[in-house]
Amino acid sequence: MSELDTGAVAEQIAQSDQINEPAATPELGRPRRRKEDARLLTGRTRWTDNLTRPGLLHVVFLRSPMAHARITRVDVSGARGLPGVVAAFSGQDFADEQGSLPCAWPVSEDIVIPDHPPMAVSEVRYVGEAVACVIATDRYKAADALEAIEVDYEPLPAVLDMEEALTDGSPKVHEAGNKAFSTKIVSGDVEAAFRDAPVVIERTFRQQRLIPSAMEPRAVLADTDGDTFTVWTSTQIPHVLRVMLAVVTGIPEHRLRVVAPDVGGGFGSKLQVTAEEVLCLLLARRLGRAVKWTESRSEGNLTVHHGRDQLQRLRLAADADGRLRGLRVDLLADMGAYLMLVTPGVPMLGAAMFNAIYKMDAYEFACTGVFTTKMPTDAYRGAGRPEATFGIERMMDELAAELGVDPLEVRRRNWIRHEEFPYTTIAGLTYDSGNYEAATDKALSMFGYDKLRAEQADRRDRGDPVQLGIGVSTYTEMCGLAPSRLLGESNYGAGGWEHGSIRMLPTGKVEVITGTSPHGQGHVTSWSQIVADSLGVPFEDVTVLHGDTAISHKGMDTYGSRSLVVGGIAVLRACDKVKDKARTLAAHLLECSPDDLEFAAGAFKVRGTDAQRTIQELAYAAFTAHDLPEGVEARLDADATFDPDNYSFPHGTHLCAVEVDTETGMVRIRSYVAVDDVGKVVNPLIVEGQVHGGIAQGVAQALYEEAVYDADGNLLTTTMADYLLPSAADLPTFQLDRTETPATSNPLGVKGVGEAGTIASTPAVVNAVVDALRPSGVRDVEMPCTPERVWRALEGARR
Amino acid sequence: MPRISVTVDGITYEEDVEPRLLLVHLLRDRLGRTGTPIGCDTSNCGACTVMLDGKSAKSCSVLAVQADGCEVVTIEGLGTAGSMHPMQRAFHEEHALQCGYCTPGMVMAAIDLLRDDPDPSEDAIRQGLEGNLCRCTGYCNIVRAVRRGAQEMGQAVSTQ
Repeated sequence: MSELDTGAVAEQIAQSDQINEPAATPELGRPRRRKEDARLLTGRTRWTDNLTRPGLLHVVFLRSPMAHARITRVDVSGARGLPGVVAAFSGQDFADEQGSLPCAWPVSEDIVIPDHPPMAVSEVRYVGEAVACVIATDRYKAADALEAIEVDYEPLPAVLDMEEALTDGSPKVHEAGNKAFSTKIVSGDVEAAFRDAPVVIERTFRQQRLIPSAMEPRAVLADTDGDTFTVWTSTQIPHVLRVMLAVVTGIPEHRLRVVAPDVGGGFGSKLQVTAEEVLCLLLARRLGRAVKWTESRSEGNLTVHHGRDQLQRLRLAADADGRLRGLRVDLLADMGAYLMLVTPGVPMLGAAMFNAIYKMDAYEFACTGVFTTKMPTDAYRGAGRPEATFGIERMMDELAAELGVDPLEVRRRNWIRHEEFPYTTIAGLTYDSGNYEAATDKALSMFGYDKLRAEQADRRDRGDPVQLGIGVSTYTEMCGLAPSRLLGESNYGAGGWEHGSIRMLPTGKVEVITGTSPHGQGHVTSWSQIVADSLGVPFEDVTVLHGDTAISHKGMDTYGSRSLVVGGIAVLRACDKVKDKARTLAAHLLECSPDDLEFAAGAFKVRGTDAQRTIQELAYAAFTAHDLPEGVEARLDADATFDPDNYSFPHGTHLCAVEVDTETGMVRIRSYVAVDDVGKVVNPLIVEGQVHGGIAQGVAQALYEEAVYDADGNLLTTTMADYLLPSAADLPTFQLDRTETPATSNPLGVKGVGEAGTIASTPAVVNAVVDALRPSGVRDVEMPCTPERVWRALEGARR
Repeated sequence: MPRISVTVDGITYEEDVEPRLLLVHLLRDRLGRTGTPIGCDTSNCGACTVMLDGKSAKSCSVLAVQADGCEVVTIEGLGTAGSMHPMQRAFHEEHALQCGYCTPGMVMAAIDLLRDDPDPSEDAIRQGLEGNLCRCTGYCNIVRAVRRGAQEMGQAVSTQ
């Protein structure tokens, strides 16, 4: 047997044109163009609806046209004989096996978690709830056959208004009543803070219901070989979903694989265990065939969980000079008809955020979750924190108006000064770092604040029909979900760690496996940058695998601006472990002590000599395993998890100038400046993109979007013609800059960025609209600030 | 069933189609051209935009039979990873895509916009792309990319 000439192979690898040079400058902080783009730009995509399997069948659901009704009869027999139809089922057909969709966050002792069958069996509680399904050889035939299904409903009263729902005489959504839970958190002497307070401001704000509207509608494909099951689905959470599907369906976890292929946006809406995922899996099992379901947009508007929907009663007590004494928050949060994965947790994510960046003596947060006969709410970009930030930032403007001082001045008098960090807030969180002064100063100079104020005064003096308004939002948020210990304390059903793996391949290339599940965030690019710097390998030599539980076996997925601050750090930790192993191997091969080696530019070098081994050479040595030291395995791989001690707290100052036509109520954003502090930045291009998109969604809540139900509980905004997503023509160019105060809770000093823009921008815009109209006596405009609402607010104030 | 002949990205297909079959479903389900995605059912989002005889069309709003005898260019026929169209390159350079779902339609609409206005202002780009929705980017970088694409395409023409 001839011996393999490993030297020659190694030589070949070294001389091949596959060798890329490590970057001379650090990758961290570099505006790398994304590795993800080429495929997406040329249509070589893997959206779930693109995928097919031999003998694939198509599923279509029949959905309830009633907001609330008893189901007295479902007859699917008419559909069964139609051309192309393979099967048709009602909820009754799944009653014994479908389980109940999970709620993983029982936030209080008194919480009521109603049974939530994926397909309704005896009662429907919102328009759009699935009541039957058809499985056919193509999607057109399946849709045709829906017409042949007969369902008899006995109408029950719709429950639509949260305050009415809590009255004694209200019809009930569930037998146990309409209260899902109630909580109260008190810190400090709230009574004392309000007693004899020179200034008390009281306001009620409405957080309208929103439809997240990821551009890719949901799709699910489930297949089985009779023993194992695979579910491809447009999800943010393949790992969490695998566990939950196993629990709900009883299919053992080890026989279940979940794949998130290309996923076209999520914004929280794909952080869910959906009825359709469960039902497609059950159908694959029942039929022994591959089945696929792809929703239409109008189906999605009805049945993808909605966001926000709170009624906020806020009371703020202050001294005469504007110093805050106390804040009372009383929330009603619309749960919709059921509690889904984190439905009740969403308002609770705002519990420690209403106090925001401000110091105060006392704080009280009370929240009641209310059932209504609407689509359940759940996480939508920011989840609880935009609502809280809106509440407090609107209140700070109201306080400034009451005192007759500049809104930034009243904030300055109350915010945590940069020298006071780390700072434990009245709500109990410890903000590790921040510099609100620096971000605000930068934003002010970019915005031309004083000049705009002068123009505003001039327009007011002239009685210009187009008034100028200036809106301020100085925000922070808690993100990077999250320390497992803190999640446990809040009774959340899972941890907040993340997992990462590094595999050095024989040719010196690097395979990264991450537990995060990107759907537009560019993790492949950013993780490549982290690994390239840490291992001293070329950026091009790194590939990142994700989103398939058969490849990435552990993970907690992507939401809550957690991917970089938790998952990116797990990858970095895995790099450290690889380097530790490589050092042992290098010392053995170089016949020196590991302590004599220094690692730089991808090579271990014996100090004071030219002797070295590159990480690629060591990967090859580990592969051949011809000369390994005692106890060293034949692999240069490592796994790591990371679980931070604290959340990450990005912050910033957003300033918005709007022109409001007082005759038509039309609002136009004239300029928008955002200075965000997201700590250290891995890729400034990606960060900027996240902030752009975040601001756009927050502006959309302020001015355009609202999910509207009529008095019978029918959703009126089922299409993109009715639910107004802003187009390019509706938005300005946002001017961005950053300040950089490193986080202390992770070794890269990074903070989350995915939600910051959305959290900051909504109050900036509404504050600007109200500021424009304040001389007319307007104190609030309910969102979205449409021309009609603005006009009515003006008319109301004139009367 | 009507028989149609349609050329997609340079390949001519003869297909028997139901009269109600949408062009986008012909492309995706029958011809396997899945590069063109579907984002809505009311022709608001523009994700499914293709070139139909050289003009942009939302392929969810065209019946396959209407495309009989026509030439369709999808994002897959525009360029490849190794040799992208200048507009595709511009989207890459300006980070004008995140999840990428709206991107095929956005790129097609942008190219069509330049047919009428080869050197559009920011405002003209914003108005011109009104029929294409993006949920990720806030449009800032898309506008930049279209400016850049216009410049590069203009240069490409002038140096010919």
